[in-house]
Amino acid sequence: MKAVLVAGLCGVLFALGLGLGGMTQPEKVLAFLDVAGQWDPSLAMVMMGAVGTHAVLLRLIRRRPAPVLASRFPAPAQTRVDMALVAGAALFGVGWGLVGYCPGPAFTSLATGGRDVLLFVGSMLAGMVLFSAGSRAKR
Amino acid sequence: MASLILPLLGGALIGLSASLLLWLNGRIAGVSGIAGGVFGAVRGDRGWRLAFLAGLLGGGLLLRFAWPGTLGAPPVSSPWWLVVAGLLVGVGTRLGNGCTSGHGVCGVSRGSLRSVVATLTFMATAILTVFVVRHVLGGAT
Repeated sequence: MKAVLVAGLCGVLFALGLGLGGMTQPEKVLAFLDVAGQWDPSLAMVMMGAVGTHAVLLRLIRRRPAPVLASRFPAPAQTRVDMALVAGAALFGVGWGLVGYCPGPAFTSLATGGRDVLLFVGSMLAGMVLFSAGSRAKR
Repeated sequence: MASLILPLLGGALIGLSASLLLWLNGRIAGVSGIAGGVFGAVRGDRGWRLAFLAGLLGGGLLLRFAWPGTLGAPPVSSPWWLVVAGLLVGVGTRLGNGCTSGHGVCGVSRGSLRSVVATLTFMATAILTVFVVRHVLGGAT
């Protein structure tokens, strides 16, 4: 129960960070990606703030034997760079560049109740379900 | 100057959120991974995922009422582009195992080579996509 509460609060904090940083304004995101046009570099600061903070805290957290509310930290991630990783990231980048939403800001922007964000999140979830179904069928 | 300090502060909040989730729950704050896992078959693993996503929405509602202007809408003319983009983001993030948060923030902070490669890849294709849409096709999607 505690872990569910923590996750909810982390989601709220994450959303506030996205909003403050400008990630929930697709125009701003696209201006950041438009390096050949009126480039808006401010979103690079979001990345620096996020990576800077997490990189420092991560090292302190990892000194603990385990998380506070769970038995262990996530297993060391795979290190292999493969085709799936590169192809998946490439497809994701195209979608992000078309509309200006990546998954976090899209969920947060559902709060606007706008038709566009609803369509985007709906098809994003459909894409995830399709992928899960496809990879289950392969196994 | 303020236009750079606010994004830095926003980023720090994102980093803090990811740190709290790791410290307390031992989970990675990758939004596509958290959302994708909702459709997985692992029992007892859905609650925290749905809570995090609900928190994202709750934070959005707070922003909407306390700080209007932080939430924009995509400058897209046709609903089909939203569907295509959504599908690409959904399939792409599952195939590549992460998005801007999981790879870009958590993975890069950890120094993961996979995440560095993924981040450089999606940054490159996103920049290329915006270039083609705006400067080759000469308009919004």
